[in-house]
Amino acid sequence: MSAHAGGYGAVPRIRWIEGLPFVLALAAFFLLPEYLSLGARILIYILYALSLDLILGYAGIITLGHSAYFGAGAYVAGILGARLGVTDPLVQLVAAAAAGGLLGIATGAIILRTRALTLLMLTLAITSVCLEIANKATPITGGADGLSGVVVAPILGLFRFDLFGKTAFLYCLVALLLAWWGARRLIYSPFGASLAGLRENAARMHAIGAPVYWRLVLVYTISTTLAGVAGALITQTNQFVGLNVLGFEAGGELLVMLVLGGVGRLYGAFVGPLVYLVAQDFLAKQFPEYWYLGIGAMLIVVVMFARGGILGIVDAVVRRLRRRA
Amino acid sequence: MEGFLSSLVSVAFHGTAFGMILYVISVGLSVTMGLMGFANLAHGVFAMAGGYVLTSMISRYGVPFPLALAIAFATVGAGSVVLERLLYSRLYTAGDLEQVMFTIGLIFVAVAVARMIFGTLQQPVLLPAYLTGQFPLLGRDFPTYRVFIIAFSAVMVGILWFGVERTRWGAMVRAAVDNRGMAQSIGIDTRRLFTLTFALGSGLAGLGGALGAEIIAIQPTYPFENLVYFLIVVAVGGLGTLRGPFVAALLIGIADTAIKYWYPQYGAFLIYVATIAVLLWRPAGLFGRQHA
Repeated sequence: MSAHAGGYGAVPRIRWIEGLPFVLALAAFFLLPEYLSLGARILIYILYALSLDLILGYAGIITLGHSAYFGAGAYVAGILGARLGVTDPLVQLVAAAAAGGLLGIATGAIILRTRALTLLMLTLAITSVCLEIANKATPITGGADGLSGVVVAPILGLFRFDLFGKTAFLYCLVALLLAWWGARRLIYSPFGASLAGLRENAARMHAIGAPVYWRLVLVYTISTTLAGVAGALITQTNQFVGLNVLGFEAGGELLVMLVLGGVGRLYGAFVGPLVYLVAQDFLAKQFPEYWYLGIGAMLIVVVMFARGGILGIVDAVVRRLRRRA
Repeated sequence: MEGFLSSLVSVAFHGTAFGMILYVISVGLSVTMGLMGFANLAHGVFAMAGGYVLTSMISRYGVPFPLALAIAFATVGAGSVVLERLLYSRLYTAGDLEQVMFTIGLIFVAVAVARMIFGTLQQPVLLPAYLTGQFPLLGRDFPTYRVFIIAFSAVMVGILWFGVERTRWGAMVRAAVDNRGMAQSIGIDTRRLFTLTFALGSGLAGLGGALGAEIIAIQPTYPFENLVYFLIVVAVGGLGTLRGPFVAALLIGIADTAIKYWYPQYGAFLIYVATIAVLLWRPAGLFGRQHA
C-alpha cells in the first residue's frame, strides 16, 4: 500500500488492496451489528478527512477551519429537516453540498490570496465566525442547545432510517464510495498533478504559467463541497446538530485524525478516523483526561518520529520486509 | 448623555486593562514567530501555566501576591526553556503543518495535565486587600486591581521597549528578525538568542496569564478558548514588532469590551469579521512588513 502521490507517472489502475476498506466495512456491517452507529460515524469522518486531504495533502493548504464547511452542511441539512419541512435525505444532501461549495468558493476566493500564518489565521477566523453565528442565531439554529428533531424521510421513499442504524451505515458507505472514487480520479488527473506541483513549489508553477490561484480555489471548492456532504450525513444519522460541528476544536480534531493516518496518501484519511474514533469510543468515556493526554502525546510523537503517520510506518515496514526477501 | 459618557469611560478603562493583558501575553508570540517563523499555537499554554502557578502559590502556600507574580514569570520562563531545548528546537526547519500539529499536541497534553492536577473548575484568585476595592481617580471610582493591571503592564511595556530598542540584546534580536542568515554570519549565536527570547516571551505570557487570571478565567480549556484572541493580536499587529501587537491588543481589548457591553447579541462575531477584513487589507498585519 504505497503512497498515492498522484501525478503523471502514477498508474491509475485500482489495485485489489484499495477495495479492502469497503470489504471491511461490509464485513463490519454483518459481523458487528451493535457498532453500526459508531461505524456510520467513522465512515462520515473518513469522507470528511478525505475532503481535507485533497487540500492539505495534495494542494498543501494548511487549514484549521475546515469545520466551517462541515458545519455549514450539517446545519443546512438540519434546518431543512427540522424547520422547513424538507425531509427528503437526498435533497438535504444536495443542499448541504451546495452550501459547503458556495461557502467554500466565497471564502476560498478571498483567503487563498494569502499564505502561511495569515491563511491559517483566516481559516481559524472563518470557522469562529460560523460558530458565533450558529451560537447566536438561536431561533434558526437552536443556539447552544443544538437543533433536535431533524426529520429525515426514507431514502428514495424506500429505505427508512431504522433504529439500528443499518440504513444509515449503508447510506454513508455508498456516499463514501462515490466520494472516494471521485477524489481518486481527481488525484490521478492532470489537475491532480498540478496540485502536487502547487504544494511542492508554487513559484515554479507560476513560472510555467499555471493559473495557481484558480486551481487552488477550484480544489478548495471541491473539498468544501465534500465536507458539506459529510456534514449533512452526520446530521441525518444523528437527527441532531450541535455547536460541536463548528469551531477550532472540531477543525483541529479532524486535522489530528488525518495526520495520524498519514497526509497526502489518500488512505491516510481512512486509517486515521478509524483508529481515532475507535480509540475514542473505548477510552474517552472511561478516562477523559488520559484520552487527551494520549492524543496529545501521540501527535507529538508522530510529528517528531513518524511524519507519514500510521500509513507511513506501514510503508516503512513493508519496504524493509521486501528488501529482506 | 451623562450616562453614556460614564459607560464610555468605563468601557475604555476595562477595555484597556483587557488589552494590556492580551499584549503582555501575546508579545512573546509575536517576537518568536517573527524571529524563527515558528507557528506556535501552544502559546496560551504558558499563559495558563502562569495563572495556575499564581493561584496555587497564593491559595495553597500563602505566598504574597507580588512574589507569586515573580514566581509565575520565572517558573514559566524556565519551563519553556526545557520545552524549547527538548522539543521545539527539533522542528525549526520543519514545515508549517508539523509545527501546527506539534503545538496542537502540546495543547492537548497541557489541557489534560491541568485537568488532572487542578480539576475542571475555574481557579479563584485571592487578591491582597490593598488591590481590592475602588480607586478614586479624577472624581470617579475605578476597581483598584484593574488600575494596577494597567499601570503594571505599562511599566512592563516600557521595560520591554527599552530592552529591545536600546540594549545590545535587543539589537541582536532585531537583527535576527530582519535577516537571520546575515545575523548568523556576523557572529550572532541565533540559537542561543532564540532560546533566551523564547524564555522571555513565554515568561511574559506566564506573567500575563497570572496578572489577568481575574479577567481571563484560569481553567483547563484556557489554551483552546483564548488561542484565537492571542493569534488575532499577533496576526493583526504583525510579526516581529513590539508596536504592532500593542496597538492590536488595545484595539481588540477595547472593541471586545465595547461589543460585549453594547451589543452582547453579536458576541465575538464582529471581532472575527474585523480581523478577516484587516488581514485581507494588509495580509502581514497593520504594522508587519508587507510582502515578507
